[in-house]
Amino acid sequence: MGSRTDPLLTVEHLTMRFGGLVAVNNLSFEAGSGDITALIGPNGAGKTTVFNCVTGFYKPTEGRLALARGGAASVAEIDALTRSSRRQTTTDKGELYLLERMPGNHIAWRARVARTFQNIRLFQGMTVLENLMVAHHNTLMLASGFTVLGLIGAPSYRAAEQRAVDRAKYWLDKIGLIDRADDPAGELPYGAQRRLEIARAMCTDPALLCLDEPAAGLNPRESAELNALLHLIRRDHQTSILLIEHDMGVVMQISDHIVVLDYGVKIADGTPDEVRNDPNVIAAYLGVSDEAELASAEAEIGA
Amino acid sequence: MTAITQSVAQTGEGAALSVRLKEAAATAALTAVLCVPIILIHADADINNVLRPIPRPWAVAIFAFLAFFGRLAMSNAVAAKREARPQSQFAAAVRQASAKYLPGIGLAALFLYPFVLMTLLGAGGSLKWVDSYGIQILIYVMLGWGLNIVVGLAGLLDLGYVAFYAVGAYSYALLATHFGWSFWICLPLAGALSALWGVMLGFPVLRLRGDYLAIVTLAFGEIIRSVLVNWVDFTGGGAGIASIPKITFFGLRFVNQPSSFDGFFHLAYSPLHGRMFLYYVILCLALLTNFVSMRLRRLPIGRAWEALREDEIACRSLGVNTTNTKLTAFALGAFFGGLAGSFFAVRQGFISPESFTFMESATILAIVVLGGMGSQIGVALAAMFLIGGFELLRELDFLRAVMANGAGVAALCVGVAAFGIIRSRRLAAQTAAALVCLVIAARAFHWAPDALYNVFAMPDFDPAQYRGLLFGLAMVVMMVVRPRGFVATRAPSIYLKERKVVSGSLVKEGRG
Repeated sequence: MGSRTDPLLTVEHLTMRFGGLVAVNNLSFEAGSGDITALIGPNGAGKTTVFNCVTGFYKPTEGRLALARGGAASVAEIDALTRSSRRQTTTDKGELYLLERMPGNHIAWRARVARTFQNIRLFQGMTVLENLMVAHHNTLMLASGFTVLGLIGAPSYRAAEQRAVDRAKYWLDKIGLIDRADDPAGELPYGAQRRLEIARAMCTDPALLCLDEPAAGLNPRESAELNALLHLIRRDHQTSILLIEHDMGVVMQISDHIVVLDYGVKIADGTPDEVRNDPNVIAAYLGVSDEAELASAEAEIGA
Repeated sequence: MTAITQSVAQTGEGAALSVRLKEAAATAALTAVLCVPIILIHADADINNVLRPIPRPWAVAIFAFLAFFGRLAMSNAVAAKREARPQSQFAAAVRQASAKYLPGIGLAALFLYPFVLMTLLGAGGSLKWVDSYGIQILIYVMLGWGLNIVVGLAGLLDLGYVAFYAVGAYSYALLATHFGWSFWICLPLAGALSALWGVMLGFPVLRLRGDYLAIVTLAFGEIIRSVLVNWVDFTGGGAGIASIPKITFFGLRFVNQPSSFDGFFHLAYSPLHGRMFLYYVILCLALLTNFVSMRLRRLPIGRAWEALREDEIACRSLGVNTTNTKLTAFALGAFFGGLAGSFFAVRQGFISPESFTFMESATILAIVVLGGMGSQIGVALAAMFLIGGFELLRELDFLRAVMANGAGVAALCVGVAAFGIIRSRRLAAQTAAALVCLVIAARAFHWAPDALYNVFAMPDFDPAQYRGLLFGLAMVVMMVVRPRGFVATRAPSIYLKERKVVSGSLVKEGRG
């Protein structure tokens, strides 16, 4: 189980407590580089809490979140960085970050972890194109010389802005919204808003994309489009995906690796086939023990 | 406010006459009850200087009458608004052309304004219009544009903006009186000092949001004012700072001397010249504010401000440093407030903490809200409407005579009644006009007995005392008619094919 040679994200002994409530308890897993890793579990299992820890919205109570961009870091390298007081270091293969030490915006900009939200968080009063332009914020801030070059209209800034627009157009094309680029994001239909949120996250050029229930509320056709989009992201861009999802069709079809949580504790970890047949998972995830119900539940998830 | 709009919504075109009458009667009854403690008893000193209560039942009846028909007129207006009116092609063309040429025409008009007035009214007559209207309004336009960065774009509710105005004013006043530095050196310094205070306020309050942020900024405004009042050694306390050096034109002073501006250019001395120069200075400062904020909206920092207003959490997930983004908004808003304050000091020649009360903050915020949050042209219109309107109310002395002999109030009553009874807007307007003329003519030519008019007469009516009331009434009406301000739409900062405006209902106000 989990014998991945090349992990992008290594989560070790992650614990998150809110007062007396233990939302995540001693969780360890790895998200492989180039993989789609799914995080599943019943409602309230702590999946979104894990996401919020990884993306810096919560500071974990305990645990280590190491992200190795460009190639896996050795245990020795991670330990060395942990002993130092620094947040990041350069290994011989790439960059190594300790996410639990970084603020949210640094995780997004330096460690290149992007995310979407369970209840869509678009900039509703801004147009589709503007939403994607905000995702280029840091690149454009540098290109505009922290606003000074931009204010005087320097050609280098204009070129950078044009590149950002081209990139936005590329993603609009991929999500099929190029004709609606100048419409307010709040006027898009629900499925399009979900796709736009993913495109916006991809415009930050992430190494790890965290998707919080991207298929929630989608109809079967939109769900299939989403699968295609995720495959495209993995194939054409060096982006690994960490996914929370309830739609078993999506999870079983596209994931390389599944981690199952229940009450903040990991109960299974493996390939879709391994997880599908794990009796622990079936019992805990569906909350049934009766043999007959179990059988029908198994049939439902296609076991 | 919501209660009013809800009840208005219920009284749509479908509402039966009995329902509308019932509502109007309720409004009239409420008005009558409220009027009993406020205006029923008029206390007047008699010949022995003893206060004597004079009951005025007629005044209460008039107000109830106005409330009754005013309420009916309001439901008529709402019903008329519901009927979809197809926009004529001509109106659409006018709208398009005005959107295209309005900025150019407006700019030209602003630059020609003092000269046109000087030709029309002469140097003496135009002084008031350049100073109390031109300069005064432009100061508020600039303050509105400055605050618009903080409130309109970044969505941070700031109730203490006047603090930065004060810092700018005192910076110039102190630097000029102590060190004798010129206005043009002090101006950027005052801006920088205000920006510094903006950052100092910003740091501790950044973790606060919405109402909490508003309360702290309100307190900050009061702290600055208290310091100005109490630190007598430094600021002169409540007495303020007097004889602040006036502005000069490249070293030429605006006084009646041979070596002054007028002497140098061989002009006849007139105080108007100095005022005109000040007018152009504040016009350029306001246009600078406008230029910078329009430009910044199209840069990453401006987009980050607006994104912050829409959704702060999403901003963080995209790597936007929300702390720095908020601080730059605070600092830049404060910078322009400081420039305006510095100008205020050089124009007045005297400043004291009295000029920097919470009322000023509220006025500037009202300009931003009334203009439509984030809209540059809307803020400029709102400043003209509020400040210009407030000044214009000083010019209404002729109303005193009209109200005193009863014809004015009587005309108001028949006018409102016409709008309340007749549902067609055009017919109502015609009838009202005819009736008002009839009432005034009847008074003028003594067709009706004078005793009838004496019922309506308000001999103590002083229009200037009603400024606050009319101001508040205008705001309430505006917020009912246009809840998102004059300009309720947002123009996108970038587009691929076509610039489509974003409806105001989608744009968030920001929660700090």
